[in-house]
Amino acid sequence: MQDILQEHSALITKSSRMTIAPAIAAITDSELTQAQDVLQAWQSKDIWRRTSDGLFFRAEETAAGSYLLFDFDTGETVGEAQKTDLKQLKPNSGVRALIGSALVQFQLQDGDPVRRLAALTSIQRDPSSELLEPLRASIDSEPDADLKAQKQRAERLLTIAYDTDESARVGAISDMSGDLGVDLRATLNPLLETKVQVFTGEAPNALNIARRLAPGEDISTKAAYDLLVTANLAPARIDQAEVRATLGVHISEGRVGGVAVEDLNQPEARARAYAALVAQGLAEPDPTSAEIEAHLGAHQFVEIYKEPSQPVTTAASEALDKILLKVGMNQALDLILDGLSLASIYFLAAIGLAITFGVMGVINMAHGEFIMMGAYTGYVVQQIIPNHTVSILVAIPLAFAVTFAAGVAMERLVIRWLYNRPLETLLATFGISIALQQLAKNIFGTQARPLTSPAWLDGAWVMNDVVSISYIRIAIFILALSFLAIFLFIMRRTRLGLETRAVTQNPRMAASMGINPNRVNMLTFGLGSGIAGVAGVAIGLFAKVTSELGNDYIVQSFMTVVVGGVGNIWGTLAGAAMIGFLQKGIEWFNPSNTLAAQTFMIIFIIIFIQFRPRGIIALKGRAAGD
Amino acid sequence: MKNSFLMRNPSTLIFLAALAVFTIVVTALSEAFGLGLISTSFVKTLGKTLCLGLVAIAMDLVWGYAGILSLGHFAFFGLGGYMIGMWLMYERTRDIVISSMSDAPIPPTAEEITDAIGHQIFGVVGSSEFPLIWAFADSLVLQLVLVVLVPGALAFVFGWLAFRSRVAGVYLSILTQAMTLALSLYLFQNDSGLRGNNGLSGLQNLPGLEAAPQSVVSIWFLWASALALGLGYLLAAWIVSGKFGSVIRGIRDDEARVRFLGYSVESYKLALFTVTACIAGIAGALYYPQAGIINPAEIAPIASIYLAVWVAIGGRGRLYGAVIGAGFVSLVSSWFTGGQAPDISLGFYTIKWVDWWLIVLGLSFVFVTLFAPKGIAGLFDLAAHRRWPNRHGADLGPDAGALREREANE
Repeated sequence: MQDILQEHSALITKSSRMTIAPAIAAITDSELTQAQDVLQAWQSKDIWRRTSDGLFFRAEETAAGSYLLFDFDTGETVGEAQKTDLKQLKPNSGVRALIGSALVQFQLQDGDPVRRLAALTSIQRDPSSELLEPLRASIDSEPDADLKAQKQRAERLLTIAYDTDESARVGAISDMSGDLGVDLRATLNPLLETKVQVFTGEAPNALNIARRLAPGEDISTKAAYDLLVTANLAPARIDQAEVRATLGVHISEGRVGGVAVEDLNQPEARARAYAALVAQGLAEPDPTSAEIEAHLGAHQFVEIYKEPSQPVTTAASEALDKILLKVGMNQALDLILDGLSLASIYFLAAIGLAITFGVMGVINMAHGEFIMMGAYTGYVVQQIIPNHTVSILVAIPLAFAVTFAAGVAMERLVIRWLYNRPLETLLATFGISIALQQLAKNIFGTQARPLTSPAWLDGAWVMNDVVSISYIRIAIFILALSFLAIFLFIMRRTRLGLETRAVTQNPRMAASMGINPNRVNMLTFGLGSGIAGVAGVAIGLFAKVTSELGNDYIVQSFMTVVVGGVGNIWGTLAGAAMIGFLQKGIEWFNPSNTLAAQTFMIIFIIIFIQFRPRGIIALKGRAAGD
Repeated sequence: MKNSFLMRNPSTLIFLAALAVFTIVVTALSEAFGLGLISTSFVKTLGKTLCLGLVAIAMDLVWGYAGILSLGHFAFFGLGGYMIGMWLMYERTRDIVISSMSDAPIPPTAEEITDAIGHQIFGVVGSSEFPLIWAFADSLVLQLVLVVLVPGALAFVFGWLAFRSRVAGVYLSILTQAMTLALSLYLFQNDSGLRGNNGLSGLQNLPGLEAAPQSVVSIWFLWASALALGLGYLLAAWIVSGKFGSVIRGIRDDEARVRFLGYSVESYKLALFTVTACIAGIAGALYYPQAGIINPAEIAPIASIYLAVWVAIGGRGRLYGAVIGAGFVSLVSSWFTGGQAPDISLGFYTIKWVDWWLIVLGLSFVFVTLFAPKGIAGLFDLAAHRRWPNRHGADLGPDAGALREREANE
């Protein structure tokens, strides 16, 4: 190795990006095992040259100014030297980059899979043409199947982007077409980048032309003319600001071009004054629309691919079309999953209301605050129990208990005096709602409190680069389904459910059958409130817990129940599904503007109520109440 | 004379007299025209309170008399404010632009002025084009017409859709709340054309009247608000005293029976809903120039619910009750939340009213609903020794939910 270094010592010591290539090539081509060490030492500026005999060593500083020298070929120490007897090789950044890409082939074949993976990642992150050969050379000898697949993929992408052989690139593109990876799209898109160019007469055929642009149709006349102006093929247009400035320069004795200054607030007077200045040769004329037409007609506007090879761009655009179709289908799937998860959130928020409002007919504006209480209960439990899994398992029943108690208290103290008078109930519960909100603010402050989910709920279930859904949302979906099951079980299979249905249909008849309506109402209201509390824990896991948490859900929850059809759990489910999918669907049209999506959704609901005033699933007969 | 409108409604006369006395006293104590005992900002607060009284009358008509708990009337109020705010902002910006451009050597064209105004107004939302809804912003008359027309039209369309499909009771409340939410969310967008959440500002400056100091302008607005409140009260009293009033009270008490008597319930409700929306719009148009700024947060559903709170605490089903409620609750609220109320020290904990006022308000609201459905205005009955037959709280009618005696004696 020392011989090779000596042979190229002149290049190495006076290294520059332009000249260093043969030296690096000699080192890499030597097929010596030390080559990698030499390059690494060189790159990290650890090679020193002994001034006395001109030999190169790797050096390590042992004490200030004193260096331990290592021979490259043997790896042994050959002694110590003072800094004054040595000269450090300081390759500049250009040279270091070249060394780096030369090193890649060694790193790609390194014995350590971690290093190989690191080299591969750096290729994926920062691809360049000179990495293609070393990458190809390393594929066959790769023992790790997973890494091998990754290398092959990277090789295909590099081939598409940098291979000199056109047919190889087209082949690689057709190999990869139909792949959903973001990296493939990132490779294909630059191939299809275009720029617009102007030609006087016909455009040369040698160029890879994407399409010809007709001014006024494919490109606005203004933009087209601006291109001509930038290419110095036509005189610039004079806009009103310039006219104004020019007129201002030429004022003399209160007149410009024969027009009094005070008249210049009229557009026609300005035009006249400017025309007079042009006639005197004091200003540039504004091209007339006929002149602009003529200029545009005399030139060709052509969109040209930056990539010169036509077969490659054709193959790339075909492949991209195919990919985009597939991406679109996957996005639709993703949208459905998003809608499903939003629907389950709304369902969760609304299911307590489906009991208190839907079954009992009590309108509870403090429902949102029960959700908030549940979320804060979860937060407090997490302060006491640090283990997130255990704390969530404790928080769910505790939140149920807390909000159940709050609901029972509220029913006993307020609501039972107001049965059958829904507007009063609405206002009284609203009073409770603002009081509870402010109370939460006083206790917990205005800043958002975190409710951290257990580690096993972090992350997402990734199907491919387009479709993924986080585990929390899956958990909420499952929770919503299990709530539905619990609701159905309680209402249809338990004594409480039977009594609840009896009391809501006809309290006097139920009372005469030995049911205590007061007790049943109390328990049912407590149940609905308790479910709201559990929903609060779930919602707190992905939303910030603030005193206004409930506010964000209350209108949507009522909408869900009303749209679905009061008094029917399947209606609530349908309502939640409709609202969730609708909101995601509208958001899809304009992803940046969720406010607009909510606005349009509410307007849609108002109109929907026109056609089905009793909701999607309307109760019929006696159960409908009137 | 014995059967004249005012003689049959002595409370109207008393109210108008009280309003006149109030206005004269405030004017006499103001900085601009009197002794200077009341600061300009407090005059503005009083003027704004009168406007809130006006919108409370509208709310009382629609809720206390017709039984429609609308949670959208503050949205109409805000829309009225937006309509007048557009003119105020446009004209004032125009004055500023013209004075800044007058120094230039070349006088500006009309188009240049419009562009510069657009740039000034919409610069904050990254635009400079005038949206279509500003088409009439340069005309005071047209914008004043829009103050009535826009809330009225919205109420008409919404009411027509809702009443036609027999949405009533709580459902209607929720639907109006949804409408309010939709409107405020829409206005929060930057491309709504009304400057997103920046809202319209600088409304306290009257274009063309820069010479008049704010102390004088505030009194003018107080007079205008008092006049509007007086006229609104008269109109409302007239509406509820005649046959129309009897029908809407009938609708409140039992809609189905009124329908079976042959009245077109939907038309009555729609007419009342639309008229009250117009009144709310006028109140808003007087309120926001005194407040100086309007933004979409003012329209949020919570504001409309507070409106219901005022009317309930004041005493619904009587017009002066609504005004008293709005004045009392909003003034007390601003006193408590403004930090002027003294803190109460309990030794272990100090009650700061800024933090606790909302809790008191919320609970007092529950209290009023449960125990004093007649609100503050019920005190007048006590003073007048008006007693109603004691039926021990039993329902007046045979149906569940029929009125109980203590709330049915309007």
